[in-house]
Amino acid sequence: MLRFVAARIGLAVPTLLAISFLVFFAAYLSPADPVDIIVGERAAPEVKARTRQQWGLDRPPLVRYGDYLWNIVTRFDFGRSYLTQESIIDIIQRGFPNTALLATLALLLSLLVGIPSGMLAAVWVNRAPDRIAMSLALTGVAVPSFVLGPVLVLVFALRLDWLPVVGFSPQGGMTAEFFVLPTIVLAARSAALIARLTRSAMLDVLRQDYVRTARAKGLGNGVVLFKHALKNAFPPILTVTATTFGYLLAGSFVVETLFAIPGIGYQSIDAIRKRDYPVIQAMALLLASIFVLVNLVVDILYGVLDPRARLTGGGSGSIRQKGAA
Amino acid sequence: MPEAELTALAPSDAPAELTPPAPGVWRRLLANPLAAASLLLLLLLVLLAVFAPVVAPHGFAEQKLERQLENPSGTFPLGTDELGRDTLSRLLYGARISLSVAVAVEACVVTIGLLVGLIAGFFGGAVDAALMRVTDVMLAFPDVLLAILLVGIFGTATASPAASLLLVVVALGVTGWPPLARLVRGQVLGLRKREFVEAARSLGATNGRILRRHILPNLLSPILVAVTVDTAGVILAEATLSFLGIGVQRPYPSWGRMISDALAENHLRSEPRLILLPSLALSLTVLALNFLGDGLRDALDPRAHAKR
Repeated sequence: MLRFVAARIGLAVPTLLAISFLVFFAAYLSPADPVDIIVGERAAPEVKARTRQQWGLDRPPLVRYGDYLWNIVTRFDFGRSYLTQESIIDIIQRGFPNTALLATLALLLSLLVGIPSGMLAAVWVNRAPDRIAMSLALTGVAVPSFVLGPVLVLVFALRLDWLPVVGFSPQGGMTAEFFVLPTIVLAARSAALIARLTRSAMLDVLRQDYVRTARAKGLGNGVVLFKHALKNAFPPILTVTATTFGYLLAGSFVVETLFAIPGIGYQSIDAIRKRDYPVIQAMALLLASIFVLVNLVVDILYGVLDPRARLTGGGSGSIRQKGAA
Repeated sequence: MPEAELTALAPSDAPAELTPPAPGVWRRLLANPLAAASLLLLLLLVLLAVFAPVVAPHGFAEQKLERQLENPSGTFPLGTDELGRDTLSRLLYGARISLSVAVAVEACVVTIGLLVGLIAGFFGGAVDAALMRVTDVMLAFPDVLLAILLVGIFGTATASPAASLLLVVVALGVTGWPPLARLVRGQVLGLRKREFVEAARSLGATNGRILRRHILPNLLSPILVAVTVDTAGVILAEATLSFLGIGVQRPYPSWGRMISDALAENHLRSEPRLILLPSLALSLTVLALNFLGDGLRDALDPRAHAKR
């Protein structure tokens, strides 16, 4: 087991290094000159030259990359924003709690909705509950959050007046009700994916002999469903949950923009629109690290839950649904 | 064995015999009401998109400032937006944008995915290991996020409309191929061990010939299904990028951008139609592609249908 864990961690480090390299040099290759972004295109040449020197932009790219990595690893320093000169770690500390809260709530909601409806669908396969659950799931996959969001706002906030329109009150305070709509909108897609996968995993397990044996022994439906079936259907559900978490983070870009929630998604889009490269780089690196970490945890959990995975070295085996947030 | 008999035993050159989709694919597809309706809807959409310049009553950027935010009428069948532009025309040109992005991206995805999958699956060994490592790393990240970062770095937000369109295609094409590569590789691994491949090889067929004659035709149906469903994802991804303001740029009317522009103008309460119409167009297109994909899967492989 220890060797399995070590091997997984051993794979994560080069992946992160490769990503940091790509992120850094992609920004380097981009057509815009950072100095133009910092002081404006029309600044005097002397000012530009001085800025270039101050920001260390005149050094060779490899040196800058090494410096960049060194600062991140030793001091957790991602540099400063080109536009506001603010330290990026401060920007992240401001935005990340909001995103983390939203993503966690949405993940919980999608598990709470997805697993039971997938189980219901599997138990009543090809009958009304299955049909209803799977139609809803398909809608969840096909309707993007920037369509679902406005529709829900229109109905529940503008027409019925039950909930506030935007995620954050203008005063910056956040009460629970501000999070209701964003959480639902963000969770819709992942709930749909989890429901679909739970259904098919349960269907696979329910066909197994040991389930039939359990039924033949006269065990109650509940015991068979939860102890025999769900327990064994769980590893694939766990995998799709991890994949889903990635989509929740990607989805937070849209949902935060939609509801004006100042999280890292909102901040990233803002940085992209303003071409604030150091911020984009840091956000990309942060998100990549989260993914690598989540995948690592899932692989290890998978190894714990299903000892066969340890031997083949195949962990989560990406099950993926393409598409937008 | 005389040579004449050998050639008689050799797999025929007619791909029809080797392609598993049995006759009746069309019949089975059209017998499925959801799939048939979706196919019809998508055909209509393609026609409208192709002939948008003829069908659309106005230009997509044509402003009539004296006729802002009008309700649907004879001149403007679906009303106008805050700049007095005809909503129907913008929706039609939006379909053109969505579909052309989808076609171009799928061309990239199929080219790269097929190449990577074929090479990895057919040759195996270190090449396979290396290619699949890259594929797995890319699969670990949501492709939309990769695309967002790509367009962010290359700067669609400040590009001209035409350049932004190209950048969106490149970003989605470069990030979209891994699932298809995975699928192709898996199929090839299975096919490589089948008797007819072995037979062809023992008859002296070259790798190229085996790939062309025996592997590729058998890949057609799974690729067709995957591409159909994937197209839905690409259309959503383009709409997402455009919604975020980093996709196709103004004045090109992308459905995603129409939604975000209308939201930014606070039309949700007063003119919800400006948000709901592009939303409906987008959702219907994506749903239809999903239904068609499911229908195709069942029609191409009736046995799988029986199991479900």
